[in-house]
Amino acid sequence: MLVCGGTGCHASAGELLFENLKKEVQENDLKDEVQVVATGCFGFCEKGPIVKIIPDNTFYVQVKPEDAKELVSEHAIKGRKVKRLLYTDPVKKEQIQDSKHMGFYKKQLRIALRNCGMIDPENIDEYLAADGYEAMGRVLLEMKPEDAIQEVLDAGLRGRGGGGFPTGLKWQIASKNHADQKYVVCNADEGDPGAFMDRSILEGDPHTVLEAMVINGFCINATKGLIYIRAEYPLAIKRLKIAIDQAREYGLLGKDILGSGFDFDVEIRYGAGAFVCGEETALIHSMEGERCEPTFKPPFPAQSGYLGKPTNVNNVETYANIPVIFNKGAKWFASIGTEKSKGTKVFALAGKINNVGLIEVPMGITLREVIFEIGGGIQGGKKFKAVQTGGPSGGCLTDEHLDTPIDFDNLLAVGSMMGSGGMIVMDEDDCMVAVSQFYLEFTVEESCGKCSPCRIGNKRLYELLGKITKGQGTEDDLDNLRNLSDVIKDSSLCGLGQTSPNPVLSTLDNFYEEYLAHVNEQKCFAGQCKELIRYEIIPENCVGCTVCARNCPVNCISGERKQVHTIDQSLCIKCNACMEKCKFNAVTII
Amino acid sequence: MTSVKLKLKDSDVQQLKEVAKSFNNQPGELINVLHKAQEIFGYLPAEVQEVVANELNVSVAKVYGVVTFYSFFTMLPKGRYPISICTGTACYVRGADKVLDEFKRLLKVPVGETTEDGKFSITCLRCVGACGLAPVVMVGDKTYGRVTTDGVKEILKEYEDEV
Ligand SMILES: Cc1cc2nc3c(=O)[nH]c(=O)nc-3n(C[C@H](O)[C@H](O)[C@H](O)COP(=O)(O)O)c2cc1C
Ligand code: FES
Repeated sequence: MLVCGGTGCHASAGELLFENLKKEVQENDLKDEVQVVATGCFGFCEKGPIVKIIPDNTFYVQVKPEDAKELVSEHAIKGRKVKRLLYTDPVKKEQIQDSKHMGFYKKQLRIALRNCGMIDPENIDEYLAADGYEAMGRVLLEMKPEDAIQEVLDAGLRGRGGGGFPTGLKWQIASKNHADQKYVVCNADEGDPGAFMDRSILEGDPHTVLEAMVINGFCINATKGLIYIRAEYPLAIKRLKIAIDQAREYGLLGKDILGSGFDFDVEIRYGAGAFVCGEETALIHSMEGERCEPTFKPPFPAQSGYLGKPTNVNNVETYANIPVIFNKGAKWFASIGTEKSKGTKVFALAGKINNVGLIEVPMGITLREVIFEIGGGIQGGKKFKAVQTGGPSGGCLTDEHLDTPIDFDNLLAVGSMMGSGGMIVMDEDDCMVAVSQFYLEFTVEESCGKCSPCRIGNKRLYELLGKITKGQGTEDDLDNLRNLSDVIKDSSLCGLGQTSPNPVLSTLDNFYEEYLAHVNEQKCFAGQCKELIRYEIIPENCVGCTVCARNCPVNCISGERKQVHTIDQSLCIKCNACMEKCKFNAVTII
Repeated sequence: MTSVKLKLKDSDVQQLKEVAKSFNNQPGELINVLHKAQEIFGYLPAEVQEVVANELNVSVAKVYGVVTFYSFFTMLPKGRYPISICTGTACYVRGADKVLDEFKRLLKVPVGETTEDGKFSITCLRCVGACGLAPVVMVGDKTYGRVTTDGVKEILKEYEDEV
């Protein structure tokens, strides 16, 4: 019995469920037949907490702690599936017996996430049983560093942290710089709001990152590894600490690993919540105890990084691919994906979509397949409007782009980017002007303030957008938005400012009409911009049930029972409570 | 910063000094020391920053610079029930801004501040990793998922009787 122990399911009482299952198994004397394991994230977060039973892959969703008794007595003892907890296909309306037949998993290919939801992340033996540390053993004992680097080059792996730089090449450069001490750094900062890929890997399979870091260290002759992780990720930190202790105990970290003569150890460093810390030069400054402000490159970290020494920085997901490349071969890895983007990519699929969750798909899959097959389409039968990839540095794509095969270069070509893997789906109720304002608010907050284009320019962009959402903008403002965006992109110091206008530019390109409606007609068709909308009651639909009036926090709705109600516009704060509560669709936004 | 000096508990200050020592009083460990300091005091007022600066032999200005740079560090005490509203993108598109407005309206405090009775404080954070439950609100360690504007009242009610 595999129980999800990721952050999402933890939040919905997954922990108590796990305890209850263990208790039931104990009480029924099944300890030898049934093992209850808390694993990493299954990815299907929408319907958590999840319990999967192997070997038949029965997949139970939204399991409550009080369901533990039934699961054990019915499934484990009598061998009968608990039907009411099975997953129901939202389109076909039929119950699905096992995970292999779920649309959510059919098109996925799990490389980086191979162990998430399969093994107990707090038990090194389970990782070892899943071919863990085998790649490391082979590299350390049988390969020369340059051959190992060649393998990574041949695999065509590109960095998953956003930049897409070829990992093998990065290692090669770092290996050629000589110094008395070099460092390997794992970037687990994950600043993109609304994304949780790296955290899930660390929570579900921490050893894979450690194994890859040792391999990386061996290749570039570095003996020290540092993992930079945000302090806001307590569960990932806890599991990582356990993993490091266990690996040391087994002699897989420390001095003379596996008798190879190679020493390597790993330390954890904590971030403190700043998006720009994810940028590699800023990250290095943060580890040195400074404010994490980026510095101009060159010098690259590979030349002068942590404490001035050559440093190789890679992302968590990049590392999670490394052991598989050595186990299955570069050729196998390179056979997956598109011409210039090999392998898979993990995405955190979220927003107005039926199956929110963590997915891993081969490069080259289309956005349509991801959103409508894996994601199960748009929530509540609404219309798809846009999908945002690349977080605050990315862009919004429309249905025109749905058939674009996803890879690094294609996404750039259509005005977005791969980024670290956030993928937010929006429907007809989302206002694109407000969405770009949301991203700009984030950038303004997170800009480190060192260079003026980013510090001042983004603030001006934010203000212009604010003006437009209030209905005070003009067509000239739209031109200004574009010009200013171009200047910020061209003149900012680091990747933050160089990409921060992307949400504005891409929405201007793809949703210009919507901007025009805001400035020319003072209208927000999505009904999001408060200053431009008004709540009204449709007399034909109103039955006078008084629910809206009773729920209005400012008492601005009046009307007798069984009579049509009215909203006093001068008092309305546009909180949406009446619309949420009305069962008769009698409240509308104009 | 406050003009009245806070009196820190001697035992807490002692504990902080030991933390600094365990990091060899290295200036490079500033962020790690600040993390521990925030665990001890709950927040990082100027007086705590002065102790840290002294122990690591760096200027108070530098400590202040680091504390104000990172959003995880706070110079204001949190409420007994710190409320954090996720304003990550996934929560935003599922209506986190409306939920936030409702908290602000009911508690009558802006983001980053604490109610007069010291009971609740409001902060925003970016993605708690439970996007499947969006919009997400945390009160202390407890997570609430799929919060609606009128769910806000219910959440606050849970803490009504507790003093
Ligand atoms: C503003 C900004 C934020 C970034 N945030 C992250 C992040 O959260 N995680 C990450 O792995 N890389 C992030 N990066 C990319 C890193 O600078 C760096 O390219 C990456 O860690 C290299 O690893 P990779 O080659 O394995 O992708 C960010 C870059 C910029 C400019
Ligand atoms: S965006 Fe709120 S939990 Fe992820």
